[in-house]
Amino acid sequence: MTNTLDYKTVSSENVTNWFKAAPVTAFPANGGACVLYRGKQIAVFNFTRRDEWYACQNLCPHKQQMILSRGMIGSEQDEPKVACPFHKRAFSLQSGKCLNADECAIATYPVKIEEGYVYIGFDEA
Amino acid sequence: MRHIVVIGNGMVGYKFCEKLRKLADPTQVAITVFGEECRPAYDRVHLSEYFSDQNADKLTLAPARWYEEQNIQLHTGELIAWIDRRNKTVETHRGKTLSYDQLVIATGSSAFVPPIPGTDKRGVFVYRTIEDLEAIIAYGKKMRSAAVLGGGLLGLEAAKAMVDMGLETHVVEFASRLMPRQLDEVGARTLQTRIEELGIQVHLNKNTQAISGNGKLDALRFADESNLPVDMLVISAGIRPRDELGRSARLDIGPRGGIVVNDAMQTSDPAIYAIGEVALHQDIIYGLVAPGYDMAEVAARHLVGDIEKNFSGDDMSTKLKLMGVDVASFGDAFGAKSEHNAIVFEDKAKGVYKRINISADGKRLLGGMLVGDAEAYNMLLQTMQNGMALPPNPEDLILGSRGGETSGAGLDSLPDEAQICSCEAVTKGMICEAVLTGEAQSVKEIKACTKAGTGCGGCMPMVSDLFDLAQAKMGKRVRKTLCEHFNYTRQELLDIIQVKEIKSYDTLLNEYGTGDGCEVCKPAVASILASLWNELVTQQDTIQDTNDRFLANIQRGGTYSVVPRIPGGEITPDKLIVIGQVAKKYDLYTKITGGQRIDLFGAHLHQLPDIWEELIAAGFESGHAYGKSLRTVKSCVGSAWCRYGLHDSVSFAIEVEDRYKGLRSPHKLKGAVSGCARECAEAQSKDFGIIATDKGWNLYVCGNGGIKPQHALLLAQDVDKETCIKYIDRFLMFYIKTAETLTRTAPWLNKLEGGIDYLRDVVVNDCLGIGEQLEQEMQRTLAVYRCEWKEVVNNPELRAKFTHFINSEATDPAVQFDEMRGQKVPAKW
Ligand SMILES: Cc1cc2nc3c(=O)[nH]c(=O)nc-3n(C[C@H](O)[C@H](O)[C@H](O)COP(=O)(O)OP(=O)(O)OC[C@H]3O[C@@H](n4cnc5c(N)ncnc54)[C@H](O)[C@@H]3O)c2cc1C
Ligand code: SF4
Ligand code: FES
Repeated sequence: MTNTLDYKTVSSENVTNWFKAAPVTAFPANGGACVLYRGKQIAVFNFTRRDEWYACQNLCPHKQQMILSRGMIGSEQDEPKVACPFHKRAFSLQSGKCLNADECAIATYPVKIEEGYVYIGFDEA
Repeated sequence: MRHIVVIGNGMVGYKFCEKLRKLADPTQVAITVFGEECRPAYDRVHLSEYFSDQNADKLTLAPARWYEEQNIQLHTGELIAWIDRRNKTVETHRGKTLSYDQLVIATGSSAFVPPIPGTDKRGVFVYRTIEDLEAIIAYGKKMRSAAVLGGGLLGLEAAKAMVDMGLETHVVEFASRLMPRQLDEVGARTLQTRIEELGIQVHLNKNTQAISGNGKLDALRFADESNLPVDMLVISAGIRPRDELGRSARLDIGPRGGIVVNDAMQTSDPAIYAIGEVALHQDIIYGLVAPGYDMAEVAARHLVGDIEKNFSGDDMSTKLKLMGVDVASFGDAFGAKSEHNAIVFEDKAKGVYKRINISADGKRLLGGMLVGDAEAYNMLLQTMQNGMALPPNPEDLILGSRGGETSGAGLDSLPDEAQICSCEAVTKGMICEAVLTGEAQSVKEIKACTKAGTGCGGCMPMVSDLFDLAQAKMGKRVRKTLCEHFNYTRQELLDIIQVKEIKSYDTLLNEYGTGDGCEVCKPAVASILASLWNELVTQQDTIQDTNDRFLANIQRGGTYSVVPRIPGGEITPDKLIVIGQVAKKYDLYTKITGGQRIDLFGAHLHQLPDIWEELIAAGFESGHAYGKSLRTVKSCVGSAWCRYGLHDSVSFAIEVEDRYKGLRSPHKLKGAVSGCARECAEAQSKDFGIIATDKGWNLYVCGNGGIKPQHALLLAQDVDKETCIKYIDRFLMFYIKTAETLTRTAPWLNKLEGGIDYLRDVVVNDCLGIGEQLEQEMQRTLAVYRCEWKEVVNNPELRAKFTHFINSEATDPAVQFDEMRGQKVPAKW
């Protein structure tokens, strides 16, 4: 079983490898999709309303479910967040912190858009 | 740096770590914890829940990662065997030694096993840890009957677990009544009657002398020479503090066990503290978690030099649900400690007993007990603890005020020091202040900033009432607005959407909201849009809950279940065969639902369109099991076959189900039609239920199952089919337009001023003059119905959304299945 410890936040300074995930058009507006990268599952969100993109682990730490990409996104006091479809634990898309319970934080990843493609930043090859 | 070692990682030991870390960061104090059990501290109070799902994670108080984050060294599965006070070290059972500056003993207690010959036989258990429960479950699988030794609080809880395991269950008690420490004769008898209704056999006045059996037990033998043959036994005869470390280290120990502590929780060695069930404070061992948490707080503060707060003892007030029966006991429950007058209320028919003890001068409440109905508990406890003045007729306290006063009035008169949340020691003043200063804008924020309600949760109803009270004090109308993004109630939003003919969530948010929306307002608005315009939910899929977004019900593990519509529960053999073939082809778990249809579980996201393509080809339609919408209209077989049937209930059920299929509403809707008063379709438990009479049909509304079941009420009598449908149209539309989000019809009716009589005035007598309008609105909504799945199956663009990965064809490798009775089920979480 995958473990939430397998996912570690990557900050944009530490990116060594920008992974070309999929064309922008493949992602729903104001919603997410799941990207597979070397056995890891990354949830990527197209936050059209804010004109922003976010990526985080797909694994919800509450019940270890690979699901966050299917969660609803939104904001809490201007902090962008995603809510898990199972029990509505909500996580900040910026810091990864759980906003409404005592779950541990989720890992987040930098995203960039170039020539119509979505890239996710990793610090491992 | 100072090093504090904690022995025991149970409920209180954990709470201590949490409190100490809040007061001292890792640069000031290093914390090391040893726990004998193999997992981090878990919630023993809710241990019995382990029986239902065997999920240890759910009970965990904080995962190992929390200790890491808090910089606390946690060693699970490691026992402290020895304390060397002179050198200030502890030694583990593996022989490792570690020095400490201060030591906290939180070793709890163990189950007390009375010295009866035969307790070592196979089939004899205690009830304290997850491992105990695992052993009981494994052994109980092959057994037929079980006895619990001890009719106290824990014993009865264990007995409930035995019943749930399907065993013939006996409770054996030495005293002449159940729960002798909390209840008097009448209270205990009331409880006993309710428990016996569950099929548990209670044996009182039984002095167990031996446990017989060859290797494994087969019977209990009592002093009166009688026998009770059973296959297994759970001993629950009290607790013994685990003071062995204190004894070997020569700390002061009480005559009947327990490590003696002072008001600061220090033992006879000031560098060693003891807290929780192992600590003996003024000759009392507290076998409850709330006093333990208090002790943890006192010790943590004392250790950082705050000597203000002392442990002054707690009372043993408790409220719990035993086998679905509320039982509470508080303060001086027997009135044994002083002169008093008791007020007693007993309702034998309902199995309710209440007793309160009033001081001789009639001014104060001393204590009491409640069996069968403990709703008054919180208020009574507050009244007692704060020495509040009693109402002129103190019996109002247990009978409820008969003048129609609300409970809020009582709350208002509570002093600010009144402790509302005893787990976290939060007072009324702290809660009100958080609201009045604007720090907490919602009940949720009260929880976050004061921690009230984060322990056992028992105080949440009061916290929520206090929130409303404080809001009202600030002159705020208590108005249930949707969330931070919309300062409107659901009904106001519905009006806006209808009048302005708004069709999309984004438009609404731009014009009437703020921020970017959230998981509360998105599906709520989606539901309103669907109720009013009935456009396909797939057009705005990302504002839907996952079930509506993918038109299937998400299940553990992330797979989905598929429910084709089977109107009225009628299905041909050919269609049954197709369902069977599809289930087989896609390896789906199948189960008949409570609503007379067939649920196919375990489909991967990408399989859903293929599955539906086959179902639709065979003539099926979406069953909307995923939506807040009409589910099923259940039917009995009715006059077509049944010798009692008055009318054709199946045809009517099919007609009604086809009429309302796809109708979106604030919550799910269920209906039923029965062919006569025998009511085989259980129509009186549905949102709308129709029962044949010799003159026509009776229409019942607002019945709900679920957490708080409620019977439906009669709306119209002996009406013909057309009238019946007209009334349902009006009723459903009225509900859809006025209910709050996620409110089912029963709670909606409960809040509707005037209740069922008013509803009848609106629907039948048309007192608001909106009858026709409601019917037309229903017509318009129903007219645009389309099967959502047909739409997806035939639209490649929509179909493409059903994949787990956006950049790979692979199925989700995290999905795993086990096997159960020949079918697959998701792996446990
Ligand atoms: C089935 C059940 C239902 C209950 N229901 C309620 C209820 O409804 N309300 C209520 O208030 N209370 C209830 N209780 C009581 C409540 O669980 C206890 O009061 C609470 O757990 C006490 O906490 P503690 O930390 O003192 O002891 P524990 O939770 O027992 O923790 C002590 C821990 O220390 C470990 N330990 C012992 N010795 C050593 C050693 N030498 N080295 C290392 N570790 C050691 C033990 O293995 C244990 O894990 C219930 C208890 C049970 C068993
Ligand atoms: S409700 Fe009446 S008609 Fe329907 S099956 Fe039962 S007995 Fe027969
Ligand atoms: S699995 Fe995500 S909230 Fe429970």
